[in-house]
Amino acid sequence: MSDQFGRQGAVATAAAGGDGGHLLEVRDLFVEFRTRDGVAKVINGVSYHLDAGETLAVLGESGSGKSVTAQAIMGILDMPPAVIPGGQILYRGTDLLKLPEEERRKVRGKQISMIFQDALSALNPVFPVGWQIGEMLRLREGLSRAQAKRRAIELMELVKIPAAKQRIGDYPHQFSGGMRQRVMIAMSLALDPAVLIADEPTTALDVTVQAQIMDLLGELRRDLDMAMILITHDLGVVADVADRIAVMYAGRIVEHADVHSLYEAPAHPYTKGLLESIPRLDHKGQRLTTIKGLPPNLMRIPSGCPFHPRCPYARQECVDVVPAVRSLGDGRTSACHLAQEVLDGRI
Amino acid sequence: MFRYLVRRLLQMVLAFFGTTLIVYALMFAGQGDPIQALAGERPVSEAQRAYLTEKFHLDQTGVGGFFYRYVDYVGNLLRGDLGDSLTGRKISDMLAQAWPVTVKLAIIGLLVAILVGVTAGIIAGLRRGGIFDNATLALTLLVLGIPTIVLAPLAQYFLGVKLPLFPPTAGSEPSIYALLLPGIVLGSLSLATALRLTRTSVAENLRSDYVRTAKAKGLPIRRIVSVHVLRNSLIPVITFLGVELGNLMSGAIITEGVFNIPGVGFNLFRGIKTEDGPLVVGLVSVLVVVYLVSNLVVDVLYAVLDPRIRYE
Repeated sequence: MSDQFGRQGAVATAAAGGDGGHLLEVRDLFVEFRTRDGVAKVINGVSYHLDAGETLAVLGESGSGKSVTAQAIMGILDMPPAVIPGGQILYRGTDLLKLPEEERRKVRGKQISMIFQDALSALNPVFPVGWQIGEMLRLREGLSRAQAKRRAIELMELVKIPAAKQRIGDYPHQFSGGMRQRVMIAMSLALDPAVLIADEPTTALDVTVQAQIMDLLGELRRDLDMAMILITHDLGVVADVADRIAVMYAGRIVEHADVHSLYEAPAHPYTKGLLESIPRLDHKGQRLTTIKGLPPNLMRIPSGCPFHPRCPYARQECVDVVPAVRSLGDGRTSACHLAQEVLDGRI
Repeated sequence: MFRYLVRRLLQMVLAFFGTTLIVYALMFAGQGDPIQALAGERPVSEAQRAYLTEKFHLDQTGVGGFFYRYVDYVGNLLRGDLGDSLTGRKISDMLAQAWPVTVKLAIIGLLVAILVGVTAGIIAGLRRGGIFDNATLALTLLVLGIPTIVLAPLAQYFLGVKLPLFPPTAGSEPSIYALLLPGIVLGSLSLATALRLTRTSVAENLRSDYVRTAKAKGLPIRRIVSVHVLRNSLIPVITFLGVELGNLMSGAIITEGVFNIPGVGFNLFRGIKTEDGPLVVGLVSVLVVVYLVSNLVVDVLYAVLDPRIRYE
């Protein structure tokens, strides 16, 4: 496969792109859903980047736009109702949004692949798992049936599915939740992608299985030298795996920092609230801390800072003016008028 | 699967005896004098009456007599002897003549439903909310709203008489061509239902998570639709069509009546009108078997098509 994104040419292409050389960069992305009931502004100027070999965690509540951003990167949003009125998605310097659909399709799976939250519904119920993994290899790489089957077994062994050879003919419903997610992962790795987007890969699983899957993903990312975007709402999952965190709220990145700095001292009231609402064993017997209120209706996003109705520090400025993204040094950013005060713990 | 089949076959035996008993009871309960019914308008002599009473075990009266005759009848049935119609013809001969016509008619109806209904349903499902989708919605509602007893004469009048594209009636030895218009009329209801079902199923599957996965795999949209979506969408459609074939084969009383087609439904209708008990019970018994078998085939087919369904 000698398309324009051959993995060997990664460095050269990225350098030629001349945009700071990020492997993947989302720039000022906007996404709207135009429905009969009105326009939902789901993504409002999201920017983040991903470098080779690192893991970026995208954190946020349901409806914050983290999955939609990922689906926009993959190009698998249903358009309509989704519309992308602005922004760029640069992969090795090429804007994916400007590629013709046929070129775009070839990026999926081969350059950037994705796994989803609920593996049971994400897999086709009427085909054996081996067939579904092999399908990619047959259609995309031109492998024969026998070759595809052999490779599918290898992939299933790679993700540590026991007795892969015997289970290749089984259907998705015959696997346990964790094993099904492993099948999804095996499928996403089939074409040796450079970027893996994991959209809440452990949300539908038991806690013990969650840890196994996260370990597996971390291991595979290292061994196969991939970059990973881990989408989650679970702060606990993030700490061990991610290098950097981007926190999303109402379709914006409100804070961006490396994992340690963010856990040590959040620079946005929303992040602070999230960290404080993690249940802690040493606080046993006390009420759990929560962030008051609900995420905004995306058809009527509040004026100024969209978080102001829920923010304990909100001032008049927050109601009137949309906060700009402030740089706080070391690549940290926060979209809050009071970023420095929050960071320093002054409020 | 084997145990399931055995259980189903045993259930079929029960269902068979149950339905034949009910039909037998209904058909003969309403009759005053069966011998007079057999003879029609002609007078019956004492000797004849005695002979027939003996032959049909009419000397046994009450519930005991009824069951005696029923058991006798079913015994003959199981030996393959459907008995004679009141017209004196052997019912098995009548069935041998009528059956192929009805089967041809049913297959034409089913083919129409598949070719037009399923194809249009797929297109409507893919372009949900489009002009084609809305046009077929209106048309199918119209067809579903018109009963066959209205639709059949209308089709016969406009396409057989006014605009003579098709023969208006079929005659005693109908050709495939003569059965075409009745077949379309007969299949139109299945067509409309199949269309709605396919359309909904395709539209629903298009929005499913596994389609999103297939897109993320970088498969061409053509492949996603023709392999992933259709394989899932057609499961309920095939199940419906299987049951429908059983329905169509069990005779179309109205369609066969309007177009004068000598099929099973036509004979059944005549049997009911002339109070021809043996004919009605004989035909219904056979139809019951056809229906039961086609239902079993559909259920087994369902398990073959959908791996999630396993019979224990």
